[in-house]
Amino acid sequence: MKSFTYERPSSPAEAAATVAAKPNAKFIAGGTNLLDLMKLQIETPTHLVDVNGLGLDKVEATPEGGLRIGALVRNTDLAADARVRKDYGVLSRALLAGASGQLRNKATTAGNLLQRTRCPYFYDTAQACNKRQPGSGCSAIDGVSRQLAVIGASEACIATYPGDMAVAMRVLDATVETVDAKGGTRKIPVADFHRLPGDRPEVDTTLRAGELITAVTLPKPVVGRHIYRKVRDRASYAYALVSVAAIIGKDGTGHVAFGGVAPRPWRIEAAEGDLPKGAKAVTDKVFAGAKPTHDNAYKLKLAERTLGAVLSEARA
Amino acid sequence: MKFDTPAGQNPIDKLKVVGKATDRIDGPFKTTGTAPYAYDWHDPKLKPAYGFVVGAGIAKGRIKAMNLTSAKAAQGVLAIVTAGNAGKLGKGKLNIATLLGGPEIEHYHQAVALVVAETFEQARAAAALVKIDYAEAKGAYDLAAVKDTGKPEKLGPAPADTSVGDFAGAFAGAPIQLDATYTTPDQAHAMMEPHASIASWEGDRLTVWTSNQMIAWAARDVAATLDMPQDKVRIVSPFIGGGFGGKLFVRTEAILAALGARAARRPVKVALTRPMMFNNTVHRPATIQRIRIGATPDGMITAIGHESWSGNLPDGKPEAAVQQTRLLYAGANRMTQTRMATLDLPEGNAMRAPGEAPGLMALEIAMDEMAEKLGIDPIQFRILNDTQVDPEKPERPFSQRNLVQCLRTGADRFGWDKRVSKPGQVRDGRWLVGIGVAAGFRNNQVTKSGARVRLDAKGMLTVETDMTDIGTGSYTIIGQTAAEMMGVTLDRVIVRLGDSDFPVSSGSGGQWGANCSTSGVFAACEKLREAVSQKLGFNSADAVFEDGQVRSGNRTAPLAQAAAGGDVVAEDTIEFGDLAKKYQQSTFAGHFVEVGVDVATAEIRVRRMLAVCAAGRILNPKSARNQVIGGMAMGVGAALMEELAIDKRRGFFVNHDLAGYEVAVHADIPHQEVIFLDEVDPISSPMKAKGVGELGICGAGAAVANAIHNATGIRVRDYPITLDKLLDRMPDAA
Repeated sequence: MKSFTYERPSSPAEAAATVAAKPNAKFIAGGTNLLDLMKLQIETPTHLVDVNGLGLDKVEATPEGGLRIGALVRNTDLAADARVRKDYGVLSRALLAGASGQLRNKATTAGNLLQRTRCPYFYDTAQACNKRQPGSGCSAIDGVSRQLAVIGASEACIATYPGDMAVAMRVLDATVETVDAKGGTRKIPVADFHRLPGDRPEVDTTLRAGELITAVTLPKPVVGRHIYRKVRDRASYAYALVSVAAIIGKDGTGHVAFGGVAPRPWRIEAAEGDLPKGAKAVTDKVFAGAKPTHDNAYKLKLAERTLGAVLSEARA
Repeated sequence: MKFDTPAGQNPIDKLKVVGKATDRIDGPFKTTGTAPYAYDWHDPKLKPAYGFVVGAGIAKGRIKAMNLTSAKAAQGVLAIVTAGNAGKLGKGKLNIATLLGGPEIEHYHQAVALVVAETFEQARAAAALVKIDYAEAKGAYDLAAVKDTGKPEKLGPAPADTSVGDFAGAFAGAPIQLDATYTTPDQAHAMMEPHASIASWEGDRLTVWTSNQMIAWAARDVAATLDMPQDKVRIVSPFIGGGFGGKLFVRTEAILAALGARAARRPVKVALTRPMMFNNTVHRPATIQRIRIGATPDGMITAIGHESWSGNLPDGKPEAAVQQTRLLYAGANRMTQTRMATLDLPEGNAMRAPGEAPGLMALEIAMDEMAEKLGIDPIQFRILNDTQVDPEKPERPFSQRNLVQCLRTGADRFGWDKRVSKPGQVRDGRWLVGIGVAAGFRNNQVTKSGARVRLDAKGMLTVETDMTDIGTGSYTIIGQTAAEMMGVTLDRVIVRLGDSDFPVSSGSGGQWGANCSTSGVFAACEKLREAVSQKLGFNSADAVFEDGQVRSGNRTAPLAQAAAGGDVVAEDTIEFGDLAKKYQQSTFAGHFVEVGVDVATAEIRVRRMLAVCAAGRILNPKSARNQVIGGMAMGVGAALMEELAIDKRRGFFVNHDLAGYEVAVHADIPHQEVIFLDEVDPISSPMKAKGVGELGICGAGAAVANAIHNATGIRVRDYPITLDKLLDRMPDAA
């Protein structure tokens, strides 16, 4: 870890202003991802702005009938919140499918949205990685890629977004609220929050310099069976090979997003009209144009079969 | 003490302390944080500096140039050790690649420098400033591609090729034949505690606090590497957070700590970071195994052949995957063959039951496949082909062999009669459920082991031996042994381990530690009993040591009285004669596994496991059970998830951390049961015990594989069995 300075600002806007003003500054909340990356010198901030003291840790009802989740609400608390459990089951289930109890106790809502890829080449500083070191190349494309993206990737990067929570937020049409250095606020639909890599894989999100997430809002609840199905190699702690977040109504219509397959939670709304026809009709459209590698081609079949299982569960 | 005739009645047979399920005596130290592991060793006088290892960024080639300028100038840096400034280094007997590389690079993450600084963070930051310019060379990284270049390679004393009868003819003529090829991947030890050492020089004397399974080997190889006399080296390793074979050897952090301490003129501590461990240290090599079995229609094996290919660095050893096939089943015509090809991957070496663990992963699927071909129950097929003698040398019996009883007991306890032999028939909700069995087999190795036992005036006993406790329970069974021998309770015994100042023991490896090290304590206690008897004026032959007293005829004296005039000390070493030549000594198990396979996603989850073990006298059923369930969990890991994924372009293991290299943990196995058969083996040792730790892994993986086949009808011959290998062949999910 390289030496860094540290401060605790007194307001979100002040935090944003500090990070915007210092070229190598970063926010830190739970630190469950950032500290690991700093130890490996994959992230080398020179200044840390600790936002843990800023409040932002409440889950509140919105006038529109939804929920506003503070950026610092811990994963454990959010998953256990009675309103989330009752009305947004897909979110609670996704959170509990992620990481371990210890990590969920520390990890925050905003931090979880910002967790970086788990591509092994991103983690090995002796290997070329455009996300870690722009322009150095991508070792993963012809390398070991069983975990990596089958769609939405580019010639520059095939990393996946690794999280679970954001996949549920995507199917819930959540909105990310931010504040910037000048105190201005912005609402970013979660659909637009994570970027596809294109030729700039080092930029994970559409946040601007210094922009701080203050909350994630959920619209009013969507009726239906809320299911999160995470497929992984072991029952304990593991990243998703494929995950499905779905809300399925009694009539078989609904919404679905996929995790573990793309650089961001993957949802194609135009395919959802085919949900009553069954899994294949949907995944054919959702994964149209997929470019799997030899190692990860199984994910296409797995996504179809997992969605099939989710639809069966919804019918049951 | 020479052990060359089977043990008769001896004081251990009283079983007042030995054989009782006993909590670990070192447990409270561990749960209260007072057991100093190597990196935790805290002596305020030492004031150690911190070393950080720089690993090579290529797998094969040369360092063209190394620029240390900015690293040297970095804050807090005290010294930088490289091959260029370390002076001439030797090589330990058990090391293959050199522990400090450069300019030649032999494998990825081979250490090329140690940066020493005042703090760990400073050392790490400066290490990142070491600039290295490489000339990368082409290497061989794919076993399948180079397999046919493999050369015959001996397995220790055993030849590369073995042959009895006419295998080729018998196999060709067999009415029922199986010819199948299996693969096991490279695997990592992935023990919790990383390799860690603190080195301190006093003049020309070196002390290394380290984490090592074999103290005497470590002292020898540190001395050899640093080109210094062994008696100037002291190795201290009282607590070890898992080794699994990876700490049988001196590794780079110990040598670099010593070199760093010399360069910085103060003690230096070094731990490998987790991402360094997978490529810098050693691993279990991948294998390709071809098995051929020929049998009569009624299930008698007439021909059995096992060929294994593995790769390693030049001068490395092959994985001994055929080992168990020479001994496990009858069959008049048999062959094994071992080939090793050169690979430029990191060094392959011993891990978690080397040989049998991957060998049985193949052989015991083959037995299941053959039973299916024959239409015979897989347990029955194994029983039909049981042998009570070494099948290559029928004049040589097994000392004890209760495999059949293991299988029968297990079948009974596990509910084998409820298994539906036709695969894919049992459904429980979303799960296809299957049950599998495999035989477990691991040899019982014996090797000499010494100990020193001291009796003081308070009647306390202190045992000293360089034996190690790698989480296995050595402290406790050694204490139990001394207590039993001297007729005292366990709380009267202090056990001190893991110090090269103590008598040389067997060390911990190959599941030989428990039986051999306690036998060494037995021998020392026999001498102490004589000395005590003499002090008390008793005839040692008829003296009875019981309840803290020594009794002879109608006279009784407190044990402590013998030390009234000063401590009574005895030291001895158990040495094993040729009983291991006259008798085949092995341990046996029946492994039973129930799995569920998700009908849609093909996710595989173990539901329950049972191991029935026949391994001689069980010295402490609690710590033995702990060993066996740990082994079973490793078997599950090997079957379902453990694989070092190779980047075949650049020659390294890509998933080099515990997020990428998954192992089975508690949440992955809801229920495990272990049964020990009530058995003693007087041919093995005076303890009548055998190794047991590695028996848990041997066969467990194949039992998982066979259960998956029973659940789904899908036979996967390439480990690990991950869902992507099942998905295309899964039955329709609807």
